[in-house]
Amino acid sequence: MKQGEKAIVLNARDNVATALADLETGSSLEMNVGNKTLRVKLTMSIPFGHKFSLLKIKTGESVVKYGEVIGTATADIYPGDYVHIHNVVSNRGTSNRGVE
Amino acid sequence: MSFLGFPRPDGSVGVRNYVGVISTVACANDVAYWISQQIKGTAPFIHQSGCTQLKPDLEMAARTLTSIGQNPNLAGVLLVSLGCEGVDVKRIEDGIAQSGKPVKKVVIQEAGATIALKNGLQLAQGLVSEASKIKRREFDNSFLRIGAKCGASDTTSGLASNPAVGAAFDLVVDDGGTCIFGETTEFMGAEHILTRRAVKKEVADKILEIVDQMEKRAIARGGDMRGGQPSAGNIAGGLTTIEEKSLGAISKGGTKPIQGVFEYGERVQGKGLFIIDSPGREPEFLTALAAAGAQVCLFSTGLGVPQGFPFMPVIKITGNPVTFKRLPDHIDIFVDLIGGKSSGLPAMGKIIYQALLEVASGEQTKAEILGYGNFPGLYTIGPVL
Repeated sequence: MKQGEKAIVLNARDNVATALADLETGSSLEMNVGNKTLRVKLTMSIPFGHKFSLLKIKTGESVVKYGEVIGTATADIYPGDYVHIHNVVSNRGTSNRGVE
Repeated sequence: MSFLGFPRPDGSVGVRNYVGVISTVACANDVAYWISQQIKGTAPFIHQSGCTQLKPDLEMAARTLTSIGQNPNLAGVLLVSLGCEGVDVKRIEDGIAQSGKPVKKVVIQEAGATIALKNGLQLAQGLVSEASKIKRREFDNSFLRIGAKCGASDTTSGLASNPAVGAAFDLVVDDGGTCIFGETTEFMGAEHILTRRAVKKEVADKILEIVDQMEKRAIARGGDMRGGQPSAGNIAGGLTTIEEKSLGAISKGGTKPIQGVFEYGERVQGKGLFIIDSPGREPEFLTALAAAGAQVCLFSTGLGVPQGFPFMPVIKITGNPVTFKRLPDHIDIFVDLIGGKSSGLPAMGKIIYQALLEVASGEQTKAEILGYGNFPGLYTIGPVL
């Protein structure tokens, strides 16, 4: 994490980033993911501590943070989209999916 | 390094020197609370359990109340009983007495609440008088027994305050102390990381078993945990799923090997890092830590929480700069790691460890000074009948 960064990617495998400040719609961000730099333009405002997508995540695909699966996309998510409970469900603690 | 603590007959060390006024059943709460409000140097433990429950919950109540009485921060105990409760009061009394501290009892149904109150006040006064003769002395840090909790978590918890508490935990374990964490619900989605650190297969299997049981109970009753875990506050703070919360939550346990898993209400035995099978909600979990024998709790928070505990100091730690500014009456330590200081994690661990030693030696936490934390909870699994 560099001083003054507006958002953070915690692991090279992640497909979402976390905002470290309130970010405005239309903001362009350069995110370092592993040895690549991804340029992302926010399609919505992202509150401090909330997440946006770095890549396209199709419906049914995994959302990855900390290098681990944190849930499944319930809608197609595009780079720069807000990622939260409106488009991600848990795989755990629910009878809807997951637990065998 | 060392701290100043109170020696106990069983070889443990207290960091506070209260007389516990422990209600054995919900019906006895008022008398226990009245006594604690009058006699300086006492701390109440009141709760909603102890009767008209299924056997596993009565067993959990008896085990927990015994362990609470054995906590090293209590120099003596006054039990306040109703008389006809389902929980085995004799067993609790004998169990606490085994730790070598004085235990007294009043029973409300013998002569009514006013007589129980009169007798309880006199007994508590005598116990405090005895306790006050015990003086602090120096102990090395291997006598530390520290708990960790996270609550009102937001994204900063996983990024800053939880890993910082974990760094402090690692230092306590390196010094030969005991560290305890739990909140089984918040292992879901991260249990594979914890099992890798188990010292043997039985411990790894037990971790998987307790998570599986918690998950099945949640699904059987609720269908979907979201809203409960992650909570409404967690979601407002940016946490989307229990997996995301768990991956941040487990970092408060540090990086050391996991030596064993204990049941809710059991007193943890041994040195190193341990897990207690427990829910994540504050009132019940803080009780589990006190029952485990923890002297101090390191409490990581994102949005900020007020809770303390009647006789176990709770140190509030946040990595959220907004929370730190907004809640100066609750937050003890700010972990300045967000936005460019991740290399500062070992340094933050040392700062928290130093603060922990000060609190262990007598410095008061914000929650202690406020007197916030008189209403803990006692976990139940089954229905009240």
